[in-house]
Amino acid sequence: MSAVANATIVEIKDLHARVAGGAEILKGISLTVKPGEVHAIMGPNGSGKSTLSNVLAGRTTYEVTQGTVRYLGEDLLELDPEERAVRGVFLAFQYPVEIPGVSNVQFLKSAYNAKRKHEGKPEADAVEFLTLVKRKVKELGMDDKFLSRAVNEGFSGGEKKRNEALQMSLLEPKLAILDETDSGLDIDALKAVAEGVNRLRAPDRAMIVVTHYQRLLDYIVPDFVHVLAKGKLVKSGDKSLAMELEKKGYAGIEASA
Amino acid sequence: MTAPTLPPNAELKNVTEQAYQYGFETAIESDTLPPGLDESTVRFISAKKKEPEWLLDWRLKAYRHWLTLKEPTWQNVTYAKIDYQAIVYYSAPKSKKDGPKSLADVDPELLKTYDKLGVPLHERAALAGVAVDAVFDSVSVATTFKDKLKSLGIIFCSFSEAVQEHPELVRKYLGSVVPISDNYFAALNSAVFSDGSFVYVPKGVKCPMELSTYFRINAKNSGQFERTLLIADDDSHVSYLEGCTAPMRDENQLHAAVVELVAHERAEIKYSTVQNWYPGDKEGKGGIYNFVTKRGACRGFRSKISWTQVETGSAVTWKYPSCILQGDESVGEFYSVAVANNRQQADTGTKMIHIGKNTKSTIISKGISAGKGQNTYRGLVRVLKGADNARNYTQCDSLLMGSDCGAHTFPYVDVKNQSAQIEHEATTSRISDDQLFYCRQRGLSQEDAINLIVNGFCKEVFKKLPMEFAVEAQKLLGVSLEGSVG
Repeated sequence: MSAVANATIVEIKDLHARVAGGAEILKGISLTVKPGEVHAIMGPNGSGKSTLSNVLAGRTTYEVTQGTVRYLGEDLLELDPEERAVRGVFLAFQYPVEIPGVSNVQFLKSAYNAKRKHEGKPEADAVEFLTLVKRKVKELGMDDKFLSRAVNEGFSGGEKKRNEALQMSLLEPKLAILDETDSGLDIDALKAVAEGVNRLRAPDRAMIVVTHYQRLLDYIVPDFVHVLAKGKLVKSGDKSLAMELEKKGYAGIEASA
Repeated sequence: MTAPTLPPNAELKNVTEQAYQYGFETAIESDTLPPGLDESTVRFISAKKKEPEWLLDWRLKAYRHWLTLKEPTWQNVTYAKIDYQAIVYYSAPKSKKDGPKSLADVDPELLKTYDKLGVPLHERAALAGVAVDAVFDSVSVATTFKDKLKSLGIIFCSFSEAVQEHPELVRKYLGSVVPISDNYFAALNSAVFSDGSFVYVPKGVKCPMELSTYFRINAKNSGQFERTLLIADDDSHVSYLEGCTAPMRDENQLHAAVVELVAHERAEIKYSTVQNWYPGDKEGKGGIYNFVTKRGACRGFRSKISWTQVETGSAVTWKYPSCILQGDESVGEFYSVAVANNRQQADTGTKMIHIGKNTKSTIISKGISAGKGQNTYRGLVRVLKGADNARNYTQCDSLLMGSDCGAHTFPYVDVKNQSAQIEHEATTSRISDDQLFYCRQRGLSQEDAINLIVNGFCKEVFKKLPMEFAVEAQKLLGVSLEGSVG
């Protein structure tokens, strides 16, 4: 293994968090993710899956009450959402947001150039960017028309999730967090999105795949599976744990944990 | 005008941190009348401009009528009472000779001012394809591209010049769309207007370039009373751009312009405005009062007048660019973005008066309120008895930022003909936390995210603007909304 692969991308220690002013949702999460690894976090509704995703991305409606998160040697919790983003933290949203009147290509270019700027690289001009983004669109088997439509406006569930995959492919994150990417997708759309995500698996990139159902993990095969219940990771294992979950259900696992 | 590229965000931030960028004052000797208004003021202005008798009489008639009027109070704005006797009604830059014949004759201080404003008077004008009739205070000092326009028979000059050289046209059309008795501020303007622009496009001519005028308020306490008259003869086509900035000032300044447009058969006029006058500081101190009467008459069959405005400046804005659709099958359009931030107040909209048969009008209004700003859309769609098959579509969208601002909508509809089809849509929205977080998660700063969302909201209007104007408008919007969220 190379030196890069031995480094840690993110190290979460004893993380406690709540909705600002509300009851505690995460009650002590610890997780270390290394380059190239794909970690699945599975759990029933209300277990804190989305809270974990949002806290890592820096959503201000959540409050961290205890614990630390180190990301590539930095204190992640000290950074604003946009600072995390340009450093390579990417959240694929469960419900991608519509921005009327703003074309997808304009949005993508703004995001892409924000990252370039942070890296001290010159911003891509219109032609340069269009060439790049059209290549990415083609790789994901999408239509060019996608680019001129307003961000997520009137998109089907599948289109929204593919748009997230496109953004991810363009921004080349170090840590991609996929929040319930399978929700609202039929099996064909699920396959297409999973294929897009799998293309982005790379030795220097880590992924945290948050999901309720095992079926996503048939297509995005994880290296590790963790079960989240009542704000804690109650069991960890390899992908066979996902199969076990499928058979026994969350109740069975929680009982045996 | 700025280069046709979007500024990088760092630059935008610099711009916004400079408070009001265009707040400098030029040291130029003024030939200034003392403050105050009576008949002798009107006579002085007219004499100064060597006007013919009929025009002096017209001004005096307007002045006497104005004396009988009361300042209107129905609009949804409040402001300190204006002392009309404290206003300076004439102030003209003194030139070394009797008026500049070329750029070489223009006061270098003035040229520097234009440089700072980015007015493309030199070769930049040629590159940008824009002819500029620069109104500085009250007298036009330089006009470019005149020869090229002249070869096509297009007249584009200062209003004073038109009075001297084309008195028959001025006499025929002046006050024919906005009569002296129209309203309080129009009457005042008619009495004391100092200068402005005049455009005549002859039959069958398509004007090959965008015509552009920069207005700038400079001398202390000088009310600005511009007069613009634009005539498009049969089958002609013209696009006119108007852009404004003003220096920083402590006292409120009154601006009461009148713009009259006339479109004959199958003629088309596109009139675009980006207005960025000083809005006052965060507490609302200083800032321009912008009380403007703008109206176009679609006189001919299938004529078309299209107003596009982006209003980000002024402390108080009160204007309704309107269309009188006289000709059968004539078309009126109004596309507007109005911003009210801090303590700005805007009461703006349009009137579409359907007189001819098969006339059509479209109104797209986008109001943005932030800080303690109050934004009012006020529109009238009137269909007269003879206007068979008139159609109107109105869309009124409001975007609120923060909880201390307001958006108000007053759509008046008055239909006297049963065959009319009137559609009205209205929405009110806020920038959501979800949208902001989504943008920030993709690396955009909060300010950039707001800019992006707001520009998306205004897109339908921006796409109606000529390209370089659209870029300037987007930039202005960002500057105007700086610091309004979070």
